[in-house]
Order: sequence, then structure tokens, then C-alpha cells
Amino acid sequence: MNKKRKRILICIPLCAAAVFAVSPVLFLLTGTFMGTREIASYIGPVLGEDEGFAVWRLMPLYPTLANVVELLLDSPEFFHMFWNTAKITCGVLAGQLLFGTPAAWGLARYAFPGKKKIYMCYILLMMMPFQVTMLSEYLVLDAMGLLDTLWAVILPGAFSTFPPFIMYRFFCGIPESLIEAARVDGAGEIMIFFKIGIPVGSSGIISAMVLQFLECQSMIEQPSVFLKTKRLWPLALYLPEIGLKEAGFALCASFVALIPAICIFLSGQEYLEQGIAATAIKE
Amino acid sequence: MKKQKRRKVTGLCFVLPGFTGVAVFYLIPFLDVFRRSFVTAIGNRFCGFRNYRTVFSNAAFRLAAGNTLQFLAVCLPLLLALSLLAALGLSAVAENEKLYAILKGAYLIPLAVPAASVVLLWRLVFDRYGFLNGILDVFGIAGEDWMNSGAAFGVLVFGYIWKNTGYVVVLWLAGLSSVPETLYEAARVDGAGKWDCFVRITIPLMRPAIFMIVVISLLNSFKVFREAWMVAGSYPQESIYLLQHLFNNWFRDLSMDRIAAAAVLLCIAVFGLIRLLQRCWEGSRQRFIKSSWTGRWGGFE
Repeated sequence: MNKKRKRILICIPLCAAAVFAVSPVLFLLTGTFMGTREIASYIGPVLGEDEGFAVWRLMPLYPTLANVVELLLDSPEFFHMFWNTAKITCGVLAGQLLFGTPAAWGLARYAFPGKKKIYMCYILLMMMPFQVTMLSEYLVLDAMGLLDTLWAVILPGAFSTFPPFIMYRFFCGIPESLIEAARVDGAGEIMIFFKIGIPVGSSGIISAMVLQFLECQSMIEQPSVFLKTKRLWPLALYLPEIGLKEAGFALCASFVALIPAICIFLSGQEYLEQGIAATAIKE
Repeated sequence: MKKQKRRKVTGLCFVLPGFTGVAVFYLIPFLDVFRRSFVTAIGNRFCGFRNYRTVFSNAAFRLAAGNTLQFLAVCLPLLLALSLLAALGLSAVAENEKLYAILKGAYLIPLAVPAASVVLLWRLVFDRYGFLNGILDVFGIAGEDWMNSGAAFGVLVFGYIWKNTGYVVVLWLAGLSSVPETLYEAARVDGAGKWDCFVRITIPLMRPAIFMIVVISLLNSFKVFREAWMVAGSYPQESIYLLQHLFNNWFRDLSMDRIAAAAVLLCIAVFGLIRLLQRCWEGSRQRFIKSSWTGRWGGFE
């Protein structure tokens, strides 16, 4: 009895924290299906139109799809920026798969001169906040004439060093005996990478990709510094521009912007957890 | 012998394409930034440490550096403690698998929510007449104008905790599960209590993991700028004017000399902080670490 009561006592704060963590998503969800006028009546005080304080309802009183329709049919700029985000994300992930995966494999499984130094470069760069590398990136992109193109965001992202670090952790965990056995059977090194490295380390690759995907969805610093033309902006820069006056539309847009990330999160949660755990624990 | 050599070349071939990109986009230009930090912006003449002196004597820099340090000092311990509590709580209810999975998923959700999607909510919650003050009002507490007073610092802390707790909970859980169960059993046979187990087994065995958890939390703390910038713009309330704001603003003014010096300084500061942490860890438990960590770069290998 006592034990059960204790467990319930533990559960209450845990559940409260969980509700708290997901509440923004719930808020966006209800806001999406609320009419513009209903929202205005709740947040009037914030807009300076009403007395008292802003309030909210868990369920819309008059559910409507008006804002969703407006967003999907009458706002081409939203779609444009949605695609910009998609292009940036795809570009970065493709680059990571193409260059990051082999690099992680090479660092994890081979001994060659300079390996330690290269590895240290990766770790050091991984630890640096964007502000340290901002000017460096700007100088290169400027010299290449890539500023104000989507490449300016894609290329540095494609070579960022965090995903290779995660993949490295997973590749290190593959038993050497497996690779030796393949070598004895006459498999070439490239063959080993494709037939053993990628399949056995796949959870590491997926983990790194899921983490990088989420990172791409909320990239703010890079596009705000490297992209001047508004037409190239990702959603993350566009959303804060919608004022509180159009709160209904803004809520709806925020919610739609959230959908890809949530989908990836729900389908790849297991990998996400593995990827996070891999940064702290040796396999 | 020949095979050995060929294998070395293969390894290098795997790494080179990726590393070339890293070198082109990050390493080589950083050397240029390092050079620029010692020359004048106009005329490119060598000027010694003048840029660094300008940076240090800049009032905005001092404010931003102070705020950033204060933010780290408040947030890191708070985040680590809260997430450890949550992780311990979660392990206590782990037998109920469904509940465990749902709770863990819920904690991780904020990580998946793009920063831009919650900007509007933050504005509504922390407005002078927003949700938070409305709730406080019910209890008869007078609210604050959160974003336009010193309380903005609290908002920033809140945003960071909300976003990162799930991430660190997963890190803690991974660390906790890496401690072999047999050790606890043995200790229990010897009559150790729960607290003894925690202090004498869990914490010491998790040392390498804890180091990485601190480092990762430190790195993520720089991303709090996103929310701050989107909610409050380039010139927010003084107490949340962070180094990131300063960099952005200098960048917009194209003061390359100052930003170069500041980038080098920040790089040294971050590196120094992490080395310092490592030193503390190694110093206090030298023997243990020697056996489980390899070389200077211990935790990362």
C-alpha cells in the first residue's frame, strides 16, 4: 500500500511536467481551428483592445477551418517559404549522408596518419557555437559568390560536424570480428562499408539524420545572416514576422510549420533517443 | 605489410571528402578570421591587440558577456538538477512501460518544436496582459511586464529549461542504465541504502557521462538566442542582451575587425571552459578516469 502511494506521489509531478512540456503544441492545435474573431476576443487585452488579461480555451467554441483554408489557398508566400525550408533540410541531409557518413566510418574504423588531429578538429568544431564560425562562413561564402543563395545555408550545414560525431559513436560499436570475417572472405574495403558499415550502423545514421532534421527546421541564425532576399527565407524567419493582429493566421501557420518536425519525431523517436544517448555513453 | 598500407590509404579516402568540406567552410576561414583579428578593418594593417582592446572596452560587450555568463551559471545547474530529478522519477516508474514511454515522449516534444512555432505563444504568455499575469492575478499576485523588465531573464531561463529538459533527461537515463545492476545488488547485500547506492555507485560510475551531459547542455545553451531574438528582436531588454545579439548587431554594422576579435575570444572561452570542466573531473577522480578514459580527449573517444 505504502509503495503504491509513493509511486502515485512520484507520478503527479512527472505527469504535470509532461503536460507542461506538450502544452504549446496543444495551444497551437486549438488555435488552428479557432476563428479569427474568437481568438481576438480571448487575446484582446494583449492587443490593447480590451480590459483585463488574455485567456484561452482548451476547445474552440466555434471550430472553423477558415484560417486553414486561408493559409492553404490564399498565401503563396507561406508555401514558398515552406519549400525553402524543405530544400534546405533536404540539401543538408543529403550532404551529410554523402560526406559525413564515410568520414565517420573512416575515423571510426581505420588508423592513418593525422587521424587524431582530424578527429580533434571535428570535436572542437562541434563544440563551437554558431557565433564563433559566423564570420568564417561569411568570408568563404562571400568569396564563392554564394551569399544570398540557399547554398549559403545548405553547404555549411552539410559539413557541420555534429552528425558525423554521432555516427562515429555508432560505427565504433561495430565489433571488429565482423569486419575481419568479411575481409577473410575477400570483401573489399568499399564493400565492407556498404555491406556492413551502413546496415549495421544504420541506427546511428538515422539518429544523426533525425537530430539534424530537427536542427534544420529551426535554423534561424544562419539564414538571417546569409540570406538577404526575403524570397529565400525559410519558414523560421517568416513566422515571427506575422504580427499578433493576425494571430489566427499566425497560429495556423505555426502549426503547419510544426507538422513535419512532429511527424519525424513520432516516427523516429526511438532513433532520436539513441542518438542523444550516444553522445554521452560509449556503446 | 602492403595491405596495412593500403588500408591506411582507404581510411584517408573515406575521411577526405568530408574533411575537405569542413576545412573549406570552417577551418581555413577561421585562420583568416584569426589573422583579421590582428589587422585594421580599413587598410588591412597589422595593429597588434588593438581590436581586442576595443572589444574589451566596449560597454555592450561587457554587458553581453556578463549576461551570458550569468545565464550559464543559473541555467546549467538548474537544468541538470531538474532533469536528473525527472530521470530518477522516470526510472522509478519504469515498470509501467506505457506510462514511461508516454512521459519520456512528452518531455522530448519541445525538442521537435521549431523555435519559430512557439514565438507567438511566448508573446501571449509573457505579455503585460498575457496568460501568465492572468493566472497570477487569479491568485492575487501582481504580475510583471515580463519582456520589458529584469524579469526577461527569467523568461529566457524558462525557455531554455522547457526546450532542453527532455534532451538531458534522455542523457541521464542513458547514463543511469549504463550502471550494471549487479553492482547495486552486491551493495544491497552489504547493507547499503538507496542514498548510499546513489552517491557511491551511480554518481562515480556516471562521471564520464556527466561530463558529456554538461558539455552538451553548454552547447545547447547558445541556441536559446533563437527564442530570445524572435520574441524580443535585435535589441531586447538589457538583462537578456546576450553575446549572440552582440555578434549579430556587429555583423549587421559590418565591423569585421571587432567581430573577428570577438569570435576568437569566444572560441577561446568555450574551449577553456570545457577544458576546465575536464580538469575538474580528472583532478577529483584521477585513477578511475585513467582506467576508463583514453588520453587527453577522454570523454569524446
